[in-house]
Amino acid sequence: MAADVTLAAPIASSAQPSSFAEFWASFRENKGAVAGLVVLSLIVLTAIFADVLAPHSPLEQFRDAVKLPPAWYEGGNWAFPLGTDALGRDMLSRIMHGARYSLFIGLSVMAVSIVCGVGLGLLAAFSGGWLDTAISRVMDLIVAIPSLVLAILIIAILQNPSLEKTIVAVTVVSLPRYVRLVRASALSEMGKDYVTAAKVAGVASLRLMLRTVLPNCLAPVIVQAALGVSDAILEAAALGFLGLGAQPPTPEWGAMVGDGREFIRSEPWIVTLPGLAILVTVISINLFGDGLRDALDPKLKRS
Amino acid sequence: MSDAILEAKDLRRDYEVRRGFFGGTGIVKALASVSFTLRAGKTLAVVGESGSGKSTLGRLVTMIEEPSGGSLFIDGIDLATATPQERKRLRKEVQIIFQNPYGSLNPRQTIGAALEEPLIVNTDLSGKDRVSEARAMLARVGLRPEHYNRYPHMFSGGQRQRIAIARALMTRPRILVLDEPVSALDVSIRAQVLNLLDVLQQEFELAYLFISHDLSVVKHIADEVMVIYLGSAVELGASATIFAEPRHPYTRALLSATPVADPAAKKERIILKGELPSPFAPPSGCSFHPRCPLVIPRCKEAFPPTEIIEGREVACYRARDAVAVPAG
Repeated sequence: MAADVTLAAPIASSAQPSSFAEFWASFRENKGAVAGLVVLSLIVLTAIFADVLAPHSPLEQFRDAVKLPPAWYEGGNWAFPLGTDALGRDMLSRIMHGARYSLFIGLSVMAVSIVCGVGLGLLAAFSGGWLDTAISRVMDLIVAIPSLVLAILIIAILQNPSLEKTIVAVTVVSLPRYVRLVRASALSEMGKDYVTAAKVAGVASLRLMLRTVLPNCLAPVIVQAALGVSDAILEAAALGFLGLGAQPPTPEWGAMVGDGREFIRSEPWIVTLPGLAILVTVISINLFGDGLRDALDPKLKRS
Repeated sequence: MSDAILEAKDLRRDYEVRRGFFGGTGIVKALASVSFTLRAGKTLAVVGESGSGKSTLGRLVTMIEEPSGGSLFIDGIDLATATPQERKRLRKEVQIIFQNPYGSLNPRQTIGAALEEPLIVNTDLSGKDRVSEARAMLARVGLRPEHYNRYPHMFSGGQRQRIAIARALMTRPRILVLDEPVSALDVSIRAQVLNLLDVLQQEFELAYLFISHDLSVVKHIADEVMVIYLGSAVELGASATIFAEPRHPYTRALLSATPVADPAAKKERIILKGELPSPFAPPSGCSFHPRCPLVIPRCKEAFPPTEIIEGREVACYRARDAVAVPAG
């Protein structure tokens, strides 16, 4: 397999192997990461095609089939493969649609955190002085408060919990990691000779910040972002469980666990299945993120 | 001489350093007082041991840092009073080559992009002209056209140093600060890079400020030599004069430490005692007196004035006395 590749490459093109090919070769060595990527892809596809794949509407209540167990148990019905919840809604359809919400929260938190985190981190590193101190201390302050408590506090300040407000709260909570990471790597890059050389060549601050320094800080940020998605999903699920996230009847996984918790002894699948969905998603993202780190971080790379 | 393009007068640079949390600030005199002139097409070598202020001098000349005192004239314009437009123009005139070719190139930038960047920010050339200029410069420093789209990690140290030289020349500077440009290179590559620098100097009429601690390289390339010790120039003069007959005891000690490729040559070795003193607390008077083999009581009282003796500037009370330096 490896021999084919090395033989074919020089014939196909004399150019250097692209950075993506290099990344992929290093990534696929990690079996766990590839498994994570596969599972994650399945979840993403499920989320995208939930309307087509789901057997029922996630909101439709089947009054004659309330609290049905999964189909392979006694009393189950193959019309509802994973059973139904307390209101007779199909669990499978709700979990499939729930993937949309969880991934949407995870990705939007990640996107907003990256943009804000990179901006604030670079600003702190480049300005120095009081602005740097101000940004760094505010981030320390956010870290000092337990994240779930702070998220609840933000929801309380914004009033009327909803999916959007969950995103805002989780973003604020996860921001310090990005800001610190970007600031630290920007500061270490700025001490290097190529930045001085660019300054001497007359490169002005904005270009220096975005074109010279930023690309060299991005690898750890990408890894952090991948792992940050899973943290955001967990955080949002916790808020949903407490009733401070997505509101009923939205099929958000955390809220589903919260709604079903009174049936944990009698009808455990109502709680277990959405919880399992959260678990699988988070694990696959973490495996993928670990593989990403191994492949992108030159310090961990085997030679 | 009329073709002086850079003049430094009593250049000084202090750093404020916090010593511990409660220690207050201390002042490090990285560069105490240095004056010199750079001329087009000529090389001034700055020699001295680690911590003597050589690299600080390079940073001042390239306008990366502001001097704490003294004045710096580039092209007859005093940098301290220059308008922002003048500074922008003068900044293009001085470029720098660093010691470590592995840190001086942006790892995420292709060679072509690195060469074009100075043109993008300093000129309004079209994209096509920039590419052709960059390719011409690449060929000029002895690299091949297919190197244009490659990244720095694909090159050896010598090739990277050539790229750094090409990048520095893109703005058509007249002064090049070479901060130990060949110290990190393999000996077999050194001569190639030095010869390239020599050819480029003649072609572009460049003035070199060549910072080095390698005296054999300095002897090969320099027209003038300035020896600095703990931030002060102790001897400055034509390379041939200084190498033939050093007057300052520190210069003598430095030269006696240079290996000579002749086993028959008998050499007196002057071995200095002690270490370079801390720049936090420089010695009184002449900063060299604690280690000087020729020390006299006067040396501890005041820094010796710079005198011109036999065609070189030297700051030593005993420079006129043709005394033999006791070995050991």
